[in-house]
Formats: sequence, C-alpha cells, structure tokens
Amino acid sequence: MNDETRSLDTPEVEGLIRQLGERLQADLLRHGVSDPLMVGIHTGGVWVADLLHRQLGLSEPLGVLDISFYRDDFTRIGMNPEVRPSDIPFDLEGRHVLLVDDVIQTGRTARAALNELFDYGRPASVSLLVLVQRNGRELPIQPKLSALQLDQDAQVTLAGPAPLRLFIGHPKQVARAAGEAA
Amino acid sequence: MRPNLQLDEQGRLRHFLSIQGLDRQMLNLILDTAESFAGVSNRTVKKVPLLRGKVIANLFFENSTRTRTTFELAAKRLSADVLNLNISTSATSKGETLLDTLRNLEAMQVDMFVVRHGESGAAHFIAEHCAPHVSVINAGDGWHAHPTQAMLDMFTIRRHKPDFGRLRIAIVGDLRHSRVARSQIVALNTLGAAEVRVIAPRTLMPNDMRSLGVHPFHDLEAGIRDADVVIMLRLQKERMEGAFLPSEQEYYRLFGLTEERLDLLHPEAIVMHPGPINRGVEMDSEVADGPRSVILEQVTYGIAVRMAVMSLCMQQTPGAES
Repeated sequence: MNDETRSLDTPEVEGLIRQLGERLQADLLRHGVSDPLMVGIHTGGVWVADLLHRQLGLSEPLGVLDISFYRDDFTRIGMNPEVRPSDIPFDLEGRHVLLVDDVIQTGRTARAALNELFDYGRPASVSLLVLVQRNGRELPIQPKLSALQLDQDAQVTLAGPAPLRLFIGHPKQVARAAGEAA
Repeated sequence: MRPNLQLDEQGRLRHFLSIQGLDRQMLNLILDTAESFAGVSNRTVKKVPLLRGKVIANLFFENSTRTRTTFELAAKRLSADVLNLNISTSATSKGETLLDTLRNLEAMQVDMFVVRHGESGAAHFIAEHCAPHVSVINAGDGWHAHPTQAMLDMFTIRRHKPDFGRLRIAIVGDLRHSRVARSQIVALNTLGAAEVRVIAPRTLMPNDMRSLGVHPFHDLEAGIRDADVVIMLRLQKERMEGAFLPSEQEYYRLFGLTEERLDLLHPEAIVMHPGPINRGVEMDSEVADGPRSVILEQVTYGIAVRMAVMSLCMQQTPGAES
C-alpha cells in the first residue's frame, strides 16, 4: 500500500492531457480516422474530454454519458444521488467514437458506457482513452491510450473542473485531499 | 400509516404510497431522477437496463387504461418484466382473498406491486402485509391519494416554472372526491409553493381545506386571477347524476375554463389537467389544445416520473439481493 499521497496541479494535469491528445491525433492519422465523435463519462471523464475535444478541434459537440442507469451494482449500492442526464447530441451510427474517462481500474464503468452508447446507435468503432489506468481489471477491457499507469493499491481522484488536480496515494488521504480541493 | 412505512432504515424510498411523510429532499430526488429518465424516450433504444430481471405486477382492482399503460411502459423502459392483473375479474372474484393473491404473486418472485384500488388505504394494507423484499407503489386508492400523478404534475410545473416559492397555483374542480388534488396539495406545500388556491362549488369543497394550508374559492374568476398554474380536475359523470351538481351545463357556465377566462391568468400561466378531459365541461377544446396547455406533456412526463419512483423503490431493501 502506498502511504504517500501526492497531487498533480493544474498545469501538470493539463500537460498530461495535452500529451494524450498529441498521441491521439497521431493515432487517428495513422488509422485514417477523420472527424471522430468524442464522448466523456461523468464526471472526471467529461473534464478530460473537454480539453481533448478543444485540442483536436472536433467539429461535432462533446457528448456526455452518465452511466448510473447501466451500473451492474444497482441492487447493492442503489441509485446514484447525483444522476445527470446523458446527452449525445449527434447520430453516432457508423461513426468513430472516442470514449473518454479519467480513471480505469475494474473496467465496469467502461462496460456500462459501452452498453449505453449502443442504445443510441451502432458506431463503426469505439476507442477508450483515459487519463490514468490502474491495475485490477475485472473485465477484458483495455484503454487504447492512457497518460499514466499506476499500481492497483494507489487511489486516484481527479478533482475539478477548475482547477484540475489529480490526487494519487493512500485512499483515505486522497479522499480527504480531494474533498478539501472540491 | 406507520410513519416510516415508505422509507427504509437508511431513509431511502421503499414504498411510494402517499406524498404525506416525504420531505422536500425526497420529492426533489424523485424529480431530479425523473429528469434523467426523461431523455430515454428520445433514444434509438428506449430502455435502460436498471431493473433487468425484476418482475413488476400491476394490480388494478379498478380500471384505468391510461395509468396502467404508463406504469407498464415505465417498467418496460427500465427493462423489468411486467404482469398486468385485472383483479376484479380474476382471483378475488373467485373467492380468493387479497392476501392469498399477494402470497401467490410473491411465490412467483414478483418484486413490486403497483396497486390501483377503489378503497382508500388499500396500497398501505398491501405494503404492510407484503414480503420484505417487495415494494408497493400506490397508483390511486379511493379518495385518498394518487402520488405518482401528483409528482408528474410537479415535474411538469417545475419544467416550466422551476421556482415553486414564487408560484400561485389554482386547483379547480371536484376537490371532495379527488385523490389527485389531495396529493397535489401536499406536494405543493412540501415543495414550498407560494400560494395554493382551491376552487370548487360548495358541494364539491371539503370542509377541511383550510387546514391543508390552501385558500378556498367558490368563484372561479376570483380564484384563478393572476395564477401561474391552473390545474383543472376531471369531473366524474356520476357526480352529475347525484346531488352534487345540477348539470354539466351549469358546471361549465360557472367553473369551465374558457378562452376568455384565460385572460385573467398571469400572461405566462400554464393549464394542466390529469385527463381524460370532459371537453366542454371542465374546459373548452380551444383551451385544452391551446398554447398554454401542457396536458400532453403531463402524459409524457408521467412515464419518466414513474420510472424514477420505481427505480428508487427498488434500491436495496431488507432481504434483497446482496
């Protein structure tokens, strides 16, 4: 267990997202994907997606997913008290979709997001991009690109949207620090 | 009713029987959750998987095609399996008691009962006697309550006029027999509406109205003046045949909402009706179909609100899946 808690400040987080965006642009070019759609997962994923969306200058507006109604643990933990409506303001049938989240660990959020996306239509492809990937996958889901890779034990929380700060370390300390930042 | 029958030990919704006993925070949670469900109807796939594998039984001891249909659609949009039981023509008429019927349905692994009954308190009775993992939603009981109708009305109002604290709301019609009006009044008071007026002939106005914190009127034009929201209640035909009213024409003349009377309202007022409308009795067709009418929106929002109530009730309860 990592007892040290560290935080990355806004310029560092934005730098990571910028690097992720550059790699994404190169990847899209390499695969001949032009004019993709971007969808962020509430809440941190939307903050990351917002910066990436601007960096890539995408023509379509940013889509937003709240996967609360697609969670596989609803009967155990109940309704998320802060459900916000999903907003997919475009037809994603046959389009290339860039799905963005802040952190991936088990893969269950990404699975729920994929399920929800397909209820809006059938995209040609979906690429998952995350700011941070942690070990501990429970489903066969891997991001295409990530800015950071961390051990399973380290808790990660992105606080935002302004300032954007990334807290990494002991779960309790991270929760406290992120709470204070919010 | 036991004070906490509707809530579990953590204060979460377990049954939805009445607006009474629920605080503003809970009502807002229902409205906020409904807001999230409102977009589901616009998708290619008009469903979310939240209640997949759950079984919801519509127990309608009293016919109501519209209410039953919206509950059924709400359950299906949550991916639940739905049983529609018209009890008056089946089990109980063969001599099976209500509790026998409940036990049999519970043995079929039903997770939720949506109950419509002509007797006040029927949904409470079922909630008190059902298995711990089963939730009960009141879809209208006697003259007592119709809480999901009241909540869909609150949702419709909030969509047009978000600040309840500034609203003058007039409820017009048969207050004496209206379970919808009772639930609306409690909901409006809980949500902090600035002023609730009730307007009815003396024969259709209960004596205890003032104790509910509302302002009674017997003159429609005085009661709706400057109102932001006017809710017209449905007049049951049998009231015309009893001693309550002289005739439909007389009721319409004194209490019907006409285009001329709309001029008395606030310029941006909305007109509501729980449906189905008696055109030419409660209101003119021109009003029902006019620009101020939000009556069809009420029907649409009814599905989202019922989805919200169902999903909130189906959160973890004692004995549920762990």
